[in-house]
This record gives sequence, structure tokens and C-alpha cells, in this order.
Amino acid sequence: MAQLDLLSTSRGPDVTRLALIGVGLIVFVALAAAPFWAGRADLRLLMEALSFLALAQMWNLLAGYTGLISVGQQAYVGLGGYLFFALAMFAGIPVLWAIPLAAIAAGIIAIPTGWIAFRLQGAYFAIGTWVIAEVFRLIAAQFPALGGGSGISLPVALARSIAETRGGREMVMYYIAFVLAAGAVLAVWLLLRSRWGLALTAIRDSEPAAASLGVNIRRVKFFVYVGTAMGTALTGAFIFLQKLRITPEAAFSVTEWSTFVIFIVVIGGLGTIEGPIIGVILFFLLRDLAADLGTWYLIGLGALAIAVMLIDRRGIWGAFRARGLPTLFVTQRTLK
Amino acid sequence: MEWINVLVQGVLLGGLYALFAAGLSLMFGVMRFINIAHGDFIVVAAYLMLVMVLTLGLHPVIGIGLVVILMGCAGYLGQRFLLNRVLDEDILPPVLVTFGLSIIIQNSLLETFSADSQRVPSGDFATASLRVSDELAVGVLPLAMFLAAVGVIGVLQFIFYRTALGRLLRATSDDPEIVPLMGANNSHIFALATALASGVVAIAGTMLAMKTNFDPTIGPSRLLFAFEAVIIGGMGNIWGTLAGGIILGVAQAIGAQIDAGYQILAGHLAFLAVLIVRPKGLFAKAKG
Amino acid sequence: MSKLLETHALQAFYGDFQALFGIDLSVEDGETVAIIGANGSGKSTFLRAVTGMRPATGQSISFDGTQIAGLRANRIHHLGLAMVPEGRRLFPSLTVEENLKIGAAGNRPGPWSLAEVYKLFPALLERRHHGGTELSGGQQQMVAIGRALMSNPRLLLCDEISLGLAPKVIREIYGSVPLIRERGTALVVIEQDIAQALKVADRVYCFQEGRVSLSGRPAELSREDIAAAYFGMEDA
Repeated sequence: MAQLDLLSTSRGPDVTRLALIGVGLIVFVALAAAPFWAGRADLRLLMEALSFLALAQMWNLLAGYTGLISVGQQAYVGLGGYLFFALAMFAGIPVLWAIPLAAIAAGIIAIPTGWIAFRLQGAYFAIGTWVIAEVFRLIAAQFPALGGGSGISLPVALARSIAETRGGREMVMYYIAFVLAAGAVLAVWLLLRSRWGLALTAIRDSEPAAASLGVNIRRVKFFVYVGTAMGTALTGAFIFLQKLRITPEAAFSVTEWSTFVIFIVVIGGLGTIEGPIIGVILFFLLRDLAADLGTWYLIGLGALAIAVMLIDRRGIWGAFRARGLPTLFVTQRTLK
Repeated sequence: MEWINVLVQGVLLGGLYALFAAGLSLMFGVMRFINIAHGDFIVVAAYLMLVMVLTLGLHPVIGIGLVVILMGCAGYLGQRFLLNRVLDEDILPPVLVTFGLSIIIQNSLLETFSADSQRVPSGDFATASLRVSDELAVGVLPLAMFLAAVGVIGVLQFIFYRTALGRLLRATSDDPEIVPLMGANNSHIFALATALASGVVAIAGTMLAMKTNFDPTIGPSRLLFAFEAVIIGGMGNIWGTLAGGIILGVAQAIGAQIDAGYQILAGHLAFLAVLIVRPKGLFAKAKG
Repeated sequence: MSKLLETHALQAFYGDFQALFGIDLSVEDGETVAIIGANGSGKSTFLRAVTGMRPATGQSISFDGTQIAGLRANRIHHLGLAMVPEGRRLFPSLTVEENLKIGAAGNRPGPWSLAEVYKLFPALLERRHHGGTELSGGQQQMVAIGRALMSNPRLLLCDEISLGLAPKVIREIYGSVPLIRERGTALVVIEQDIAQALKVADRVYCFQEGRVSLSGRPAELSREDIAAAYFGMEDA
């Protein structure tokens, strides 16, 4: 159990924390075995939740640790999706290879894009990234080969190339989602425990202090921007493989890939690894409960986000932790 | 001749964009506050205008007046009792709260008015046009709106540089920590700034309602147009904002002339081009 | 004479760090009091508490018989307490005259007006349409003092007004103090320049590490006492 070793470093045994780790492990194992116990509908829901968890971890890394508030990460969800479709359909690249390749290509595109977006600061950056996402959406609609404004479907033959049977395809898809989500959590955690993590935490807590310690803030932020763009595009490619159809509206939807993701992170707890996990669970529970309420559900979600900002802006996990709940993912060594 | 027509349409459209931008710029200038729901507030004003004119049967001019008063009061109260509580160094809370407001407004409008596209009739005014030459005609309504936009921006400029309120707003923009030592209440000043911005938003929204079709979902793109006009013109320069609006309007008109699908894209590209070449905007004040 | 400003056992904290440990200080009507002390001795923290820039909730600060601890800065200002902040803090996008006018935002009646301020600092008159921050350091300090006077304060708090200025300019600025006192305004001046403080003040308080280490009339204090109180030398 390498996982347990990683989780329990640097702090002594603590009953609550051990209980938390226990729950975490049970959930992890249950998720890993989901195709063997969950029904078809449940599996689809889990896949969607896991994709959102991956997106939320990426946004959390970007906003929670470097302070870059982007309202335009749908640019990379859509870009990942479209690049994946293009690579799989026109370049003849095997479907499972096209997903990571789409992410790498999106990362390359993120370099000049970030260079432009970084000309804006703070709240201006937030809206600037949104404009860029809109530009991507409008450009995507200008490619007739990719269906233009009305979108395009993935040919059945390509979907079949993953696995012959429907059950087999679902199994493969589920494990991609699982690896994406677990990978996102693990990647953020390992990053924060590395030397980079120290710089990121310093930037989160105080930029002037980080700068005085010799951290090249701009460079760190830029790397994180490009890195999270790749992670987001990777997830985007998978999401549209699962949907089998892509349109500019769906691919670059601000509501779906920014509003929901941001609310998940902020309600759960920004700047913590556990926060997005809590947020995703809550988001999908609420959605399930309020499925019939339609617009009222969205109004409630908006009100909840406002309430979190007014009551305790650290979010649910942050508020609990401030009241003594231990961390699940220890990212810093305490000096006490 | 066709291109001159395009240019004129673009300039006239730019007046409206400048109005969208003025409110956003004012709030950012005074409070370093960006309202993500700015575009949705414009749409709210458009729907209020719809209620005034269609439901209550009021004359459009009275309708505009009432919407301005309503929005101004709502702006004051909203800033004083909600937004002031999340104003600080950290930009996330204001972004999140106004993001939440944006979702609430859009869905409340959907619930109340449905997703159908609406328009406020403005009578003969809407179709009347001035014939400049055989091939160039300027609509009376767009022209009146453009002049009104220039007028509103002139009034804002006057308030900012010639009145005691404007002095306080500029001082607050410079150094909000010191202003209370002059005996002024920051919460009140912030609320007044938002009230003023909301009044401008109200005028912009009522004009939008008379000029084009609208529905509950068009707010975010109005926010983006407003934002682009501010950045193109340069922050902290009211006349620059007018110029920014006009440049954006002309870029969109040229795009639309090439292909209907290029209208919005052309505007965005013009914005990105300015951002690359002159990130501080074309008419930014020299001071940093 | 009645006490205009009186603090009793005033404490202040920045998070876990305690900056003031029970300051008892009083200013009488029309009096000029100097506060001296090294950097970090708590002088500026004291001013921030009194002016309400950092509300001192739960503490005891009375001004003209009213408890002002915990009130917001603009409320305290309305009672007749104005401040010349450290570093002048003029509004850069306002002209000299606009900077002065904004000082009168609270509309308190009294002897001071634009004309009176220009009479006090004639150099400002011809530059009244210049940007506030285009002036020399000394003139900027005059604007900052004038701006505070425009509210017709009963008590004027001056934080390090000689900082970074040439001796000649400092003398010029302190030359205005008697004229301000003539109008019945009490002053608290925070100074690093001890000689200047002793010259201008009726009474002096010396702060050291958040406590009053010495107080009294300038004539009654010896050089040695002051040095000990200022630098914290035992048995000097």
C-alpha cells in the first residue's frame, strides 16, 4: 500500500485523520472497482463527476495557488475536444493516442495564448481569458471540416476501435476518467510537495514575500498556466470522446466548464486539494436532488457561491480545517 | 460608398458600446472592482424598459427615466449592503459574488420572461432615416443614440472633473485609505459610484432594448464588449472609452460586411491586436 | 483646562504581535504635544488607533468627552480630529486646490478656509492648479497640512512632517505651527527630530517598544533622560 505511506508522512497518528484516510481509501477502492458494481447509468454519472474533478483540480491549482482567476478555461476544454476530433478523424491517429496528443498540442497553443492573456492583471485577466475562449469558439465554428457551427460526430468506427463490445468500451472509458481524476489529484499533490510547491505556496500566501525570496513569480505562474491548460485539454479531449459529438457551443460553454467548475472549487475550498473533491460530491448530490427544478437549481447554486464568499471564503473544507479538522493531503512540513 | 456606410454603422454602434463600457470603467476606476454581472445588469435594464413601455404603457422617455432611477437605487443598495462586504485586496470574492449574481439574474429572467427574444417598439423613430446621399442613409434612432451616448459621457466627464462628488471619486480611486481621514465615508462613496454606474447601465440597457432584439442570455457578451472598449481605449480615460467603443463597433461592422459570422470575431481580434501592440490601451493616460 | 484627547491603557495588536502596551496619554485644549521615539516604538500605531484608521474596538480613547474607540475614521474626523498622514499621501490625480477642498468634505465650520490656507502658505496660491504631487516635498507637506486644516479640526495630528525634508524647509513648515495654535487648534506632532519636537511642544511623550518611557515638559527633561527613554539604555 504505497498510497498509505504517502498519505501518512510528517504527522503523528491522529484518530480523526486516520478515520479520514480510511474513508478516503474506501472511496478510492470503491471507485477503482466501480465497473464491477455500478450500473450503466451510475457509471456514466461517475465518469462525469471524475471529469469535473480533474477540471476542478486544474482550476484550483491555477487560481488557488497562483492567484490567476480565469473565467476562460473552457478555451482548453474545447480546444482539447476539437484537437482530439481532428487528430483522430483526419490525422488517423489511434483514438487513445489522440487524447494525450491533443493535450500536448493544446499546451503548445497555450504558450502564445498565455503570453497575450498575461498582459492583463487581476480581474482584467479573468475577463481577458473569457474573450480568448470566445475567440476559440468562433474560430472553431469556421472550420467546415469540423462541422462548422453545427458541430460533428465521431465516426462509429473510431469509437469501435477502442473496444469491440459496448461493455468493453465503457470499461475503458471509465478507467480513463478514473486515471484522469486520480492523476489530477496526485499531480497537484506531488507538485505541491516538490520544491515548486514551496514557491507556489509562497505565492499564494504573499506575492511580495515570494518575490523577495527570489521566486520568479511570472515564470512560475506562466508554467502553471500552460500546465493546467494541458490538464484541462486532456480532460476536454476525454469528455468529448465520451460524448461522441462536439459543437462549438458545448465545447466552449462558459456555464459548463467555467461557472460549474469555479463554483465546485470555491464552495468546496479554494487552495486545498480536498476542497474540489468535496465540491464535486456536493455539486453532483445537489444536481441529483434538484434535477426537476431547472433554472431554480442554477439560481440556488449562484446564491450558494455568494453565501460562501460572505460567510467563509475559505469554502467548506477550509472552514472545517480552520476548526481543527486535519488535512488529508499533507503538503507542507510543519515546524512545530 | 458601401464601405462608408459600414463605417458609419460601426461608429454609431460604437456609441452604444462606449455606454456599456463607461459603467464598467467607472466602477473599476473608483473601487478596482470588476462586475462580472455588468452585462446582465444591462439586460435587466432592457427588460425593465420592456415592462415600462409594453406592460405599463408608458412613454419611452418616462420609461428611461424610471429605469435610471430604479437601477441607480438598486446599485446604491447592492453596493452598500452586498458588494462592499467583499471588497478587499483579494479579487476572488468580488469576481465570485458577481459571477453568482450573473447566474441568478440570467435564470431569474428566464423564469420570468422566458427565453423568447424581445424588443421594445420605438414607433416611427425606429425606421426613420436621414438621407445623406443616394447611397448613404443614417437611421434617426441610431444617430440619436450615438448623440445620447456622447452626451452621457460628457456628463460623466463633467461630474468627475467639475463637482465635489467627482473630486471624492477621484480621491478614492487614488487612495481609499486616506479618504475617511477627510471625513468621507468610503462605503457611501463606493455606493454612490455604483449608483452612478448603474444609471449609465440603465441608459445603455434601455437603448439596447430599443435598438435590437434581446433575451436573458446576451449579458455576458455585452460584458465582453464593454471590457474590450475599456481596454482598447485605455483605462482611466473616459473619452478614450468612447474611442474604444467606436473602434470596436467599426471592427465589428467591417467583420459583418465580410461575412455575417465574422462580426463578433472581428471585434475580439481588434481587441487582441490592441492588447498585443499597446497593452495599456490606445489612449491611456501617461501616468502609470 | 479640560482634556481634549485622553487614552487610558491603550493596547494594539497586529495579529499575535502586540504593538502597544497600555498607553496613557492626554492632550489638553489648545496644547501642543510631541511624541518622540525610535522606529517601531508604536507612535504610528498609536495615531492609527486614535484616528480610527485601525479601529481600536474595546479600548478607551475619549475625544472631547466622547468615547471614540472603535468608531470609523470618518466619524472621528467629524468630531474635529484631523491628521497629516506619514508620507503626506496627497491625491495625485487632484490639483493642489482640489486636495485642499477635499479636506473640507465634512463641512465643519471654523476659521480655516482656502483663503486662510493660502495666507498661511503663500507658495501654494500660485501653484493651486498644479497636480498635487508635482510640487516639491516641502510644498507637498504644506498641502497636506492645509488639507487637514480645511476641516477646522480641534486637534491636528501630524505624523513625521519633517521626514525627508531639508532643514530650511523644516523650519519653514514648523514656522506655521504658532499660527495654527493661535486659532485654537491643539496639535500632536510625531517627530524623529528630537530637537525640533522639544522646541515646538508644551509637553513631550517618549515611546519605547509600545510603552510611554518618559513624559514631561521640555524644560524639565534632561538630555540624558531623553536619551535613555529614546534608546532604552538602563540607568543612563
